[in-house]
This record gives sequence, C-alpha cells and structure tokens, in this order.
Amino acid sequence: MVKLSSKDRSMLDGDHGEGVAFAMGLVLKLAEVSGAPELIDISGAHIDGCLYHGESGVDFVQHLVSGGAQVAIPTTLNVSSLDLLHPELYQGSDETADAARRLMDLHVELGCQPTWTCAPYQLPTRPGVGEQIAWGESNAIVFANSVLGARTNRYGDFADLACAVTGRAPFSGLHTDAGRAATVVIQLDLDRSWLAHELFYPLLGHWIGAKCGTGIPAIVGFDCEVGEDDMKALGAAAASSGATAMFHAVGLTPEAATLSIATQGNAVPVWKVPGEDLVRIRESLGYTRGALGAVSVGTPHMSVSEMRNLATLVAGKLSAVPFYVNTSRAVYSEVGPSVVDVLAAFGATVVTDTCTYITPIIGDVSGAVMTNSAKWAYYAPGNLGVEVAFGSLAECVTSAVSGRAELDDPFRL
Amino acid sequence: MILSEPLSFWGGVDATTGRIIDRSHPAVGESVTGKILFMPHGRGSSSSASVIAETIRNGVGPAGFILGEADEIVVTGVFVANSLYGTRIPVIVGDLPGDTGRLVHLDSKAARVVEAK
Repeated sequence: MVKLSSKDRSMLDGDHGEGVAFAMGLVLKLAEVSGAPELIDISGAHIDGCLYHGESGVDFVQHLVSGGAQVAIPTTLNVSSLDLLHPELYQGSDETADAARRLMDLHVELGCQPTWTCAPYQLPTRPGVGEQIAWGESNAIVFANSVLGARTNRYGDFADLACAVTGRAPFSGLHTDAGRAATVVIQLDLDRSWLAHELFYPLLGHWIGAKCGTGIPAIVGFDCEVGEDDMKALGAAAASSGATAMFHAVGLTPEAATLSIATQGNAVPVWKVPGEDLVRIRESLGYTRGALGAVSVGTPHMSVSEMRNLATLVAGKLSAVPFYVNTSRAVYSEVGPSVVDVLAAFGATVVTDTCTYITPIIGDVSGAVMTNSAKWAYYAPGNLGVEVAFGSLAECVTSAVSGRAELDDPFRL
Repeated sequence: MILSEPLSFWGGVDATTGRIIDRSHPAVGESVTGKILFMPHGRGSSSSASVIAETIRNGVGPAGFILGEADEIVVTGVFVANSLYGTRIPVIVGDLPGDTGRLVHLDSKAARVVEAK
C-alpha cells in the first residue's frame, strides 16, 4: 500500500484538474508495481516521449493538455524527430513530419523547455549530487546517477511526463540510498595505454551493459582522470547493450570515494575485464575497412569540448563523404562561428534537435557509415539498415578525407 | 502465447500489424494480436511503453499479459492505452516456473493483478 500525502490525494481526486489526476494515477500505479512505500518530491524531469512513435504518444500528451495540466517542475525535452534549426535535412514524409511537429508543440504547451537534446547533463541547469529527479533517455539516466550523483530510476515513455506533471515520483530503487549500492565489482587490470585511448570507454561500457544487465557495477582500476566525455561514452554504451542505469568509478564518481562506500559494505562478486572481450566487441560493432558512404559522430549529442576538438581535427581538410555532427542547439550556439565555420569548410553538416539514427536524414548510402559512437553502432544497423565502421573521432576524420574506413589497432593483446 | 525469450516491443513488434519483427527472437514472424502474452520478464528500451500503447490503439495489441516479474514498462504502456482507449487489458504478475509446457494454477496467492480497468 502506497502512503499518499494530502496533496497526492487531492491530485488523484481531480482537485488540480483531470490531466493531473490522470498523471497521478500513473505515478501511483508505478509506485504499486515497484513496491514504493510513498512518493517523493522531484526537482526536475527530462522527457523522452517527444520522439514520434505513433499517434498514441500524441493522444497521451493531448489528454494532459486538454485536462489543463502543466509541468510542475523544470522539465527538459529529449531529441525529437525533426531538426527545427535545419528543417531541410529531414527526408521523411510530410505527414510524419507534421505529426512529429504536433507532438513537439504539445510538449512545449505543457511547459517543457524546448531543449531537444539527449544530453541534458551538458546544459547549465543540470542537477547536482543527491537531487531527486525523473529522467527518461537511457544515456542521460546513467550519466545523471553515475557522474552527477543525482537520483533517478529508468523512466520510460509516459512515466517521465507523469512525474513532471505531478512533481512526484515513487520512492524506490535508485531514489533510495540502499538502491544505489554496487552489486558487482569490475576490475581493470589492463595495460595503461588502453585506458588512455578514447575508444576504451565505449568498449568497456558495451562489455558492462552486456554482462551486468540491470546491476550496478563499481569499476576499480582507473589510475587516471576520466573526463565527462569518456564517462558519457561509457554510460551510453552500457545503457544500449544492457539496462545499466548507474555505475560507480571508484575514486572518481561522487558516491564512490572508496570501494566499500560504493558497495555500502555489501559482499559482491568481482569480475575482471578480459582484453580479448574488448577487442571482440570492437570487431562486432563494425570493423568494415571498405569504402564509406557517410560519417556520423555525436551520439549522444556532442559537448562543447568535443565540438572544439573536432574543429581542430578537421581544420584545413575536406571530407570526401557526407559528414554529420549531432549536437544540441545549446552547444551549437555556445561554440559559435569559430567552430561552426571550420566544420562547414570541412564539408560537415551539423544536425541539432534530433539524431541521425532515429530519423531519416542520411538517406540511401552506398558503403558503410562510420561512427565514433557505440550506441549509434548498436542501433543504426536495425534502424537504418546500414553497415557500420566503428572508430575514434580522429579515425572518423581521417577516413572521411580518404573516403575509406581507416582503423588503427590501439588495443594489442 | 508463451514467449520463451523476453520481447522488447520497441524494435521487436510492428505496431501497425502486431507481428514480431525482432529477427533474433524465436517467435519472429508470429502475431501478438489478441493473444495473452506470457513473458518470464520484460526487456529493453524504455520506448517499449509507447509501442505497446500504439499496438493497442491500432487494434493489433495483445489481449493481456502474464509476467513472471512486475515490469514497469509493460504496466505503463497498458495503463495508458486502457485509460485513453477504453480497453480492458489486464496485466497479471505470477509466481511462475522457469520452464514451459507445464500446467500452472494461478490463484490469488500465486498471482496479483497489477493492471485492469
């Protein structure tokens, strides 16, 4: 039985309108299913439901709007199906574009901020340690819990918006102290040169997701600084190959000053990461070395530092194939012409508000598509029917110039 | 319809036809329409709630779910569809054996109804 506050009860009873009552009904249902004893206040939400999957998504948000609902807390929006800054990039049907636009507009009508990014943790408004939030989008969830120390369960479509409209969430799982304890230790005893390579992080993330399922790994053995971009790549890969919602990096992330703090003193199994597994994952994500049809980087959306790094890599060069750079409108605006003009001179197309693996932008290509994202490499073959080459950002640039996938071998066994 | 492997509706089911399209799933090509789906546990993307609701909206969804463990994504998708479209699709969570092919009796001790309008 879930204990409701008097305000929860009045929301459920319709005192705040039909839309709020409907949303509270869903929050209460989720609390019952997850065994939560009560609901808690949340300070922010991130909504994944603004990507168009069909009319039921529109019906849901319309029902909230018609019922007079508004979001009760600051709420950001995930990628949608359209790039509103560069609408000419969309190659789908007008009918789908209209429906996708309707869904986006309805979310804004509810009071959500039109951020259109899968990396809300790159916005200045991101939450801090201990903040209770309700986020959708798997890569954002794992980053918020692990790197920011904010607290969210894996909220799916509909559930994230119901929490935003009520400002409440079931007190269970990753919202609680006990629910954040590491359940397995992942030991890195690999050559230091591996940890210095950017591809190590998505490969490790892919391995962790596949091995740990919904468990919470505590990674030990980072004897180096790990930047936010590498943490982002690790988390996004783990949340694609598995259901990772949180990891600890001992000595680095906010709730893992030591291993015993991360495990909360619980006895947990210890697994070592075999180097050959990572080499095999790299091959499975796309080891094509032939002609390229296109390159797509920035899944999740590129950060300011990644955009500047890319501009340095491409300066004075020319891409032989279409080269797509996915980022948020906030980062796009922050980096300004000094970066954007260099990318344009290289022949790159900057995509904002959406991403090339979820909406028709790349079109028909002959040859593989190269990416630096394990998440893109995981989903694009199914979504777009393309063959993938997976490499570092520098490899993507070198390959774009030659028109052929050129992959180095940084990981020698 | 007994699904020996968990099924992610997102990327796994065509919401306009109700057919299973996940090529790695043993039941690929079969239809979920009008069936009571038995799943040991849920799987995959948080976008599955949308796809479940979409199959129900399109009249090609399952008639009900029996789950081995409570799955918030399945419950969310069914709750929203039942609320919006006036359907009465139940979700039951039961204490189920790991193997299949046996007759199992689910009473109020071994199972609970987590969604039904």
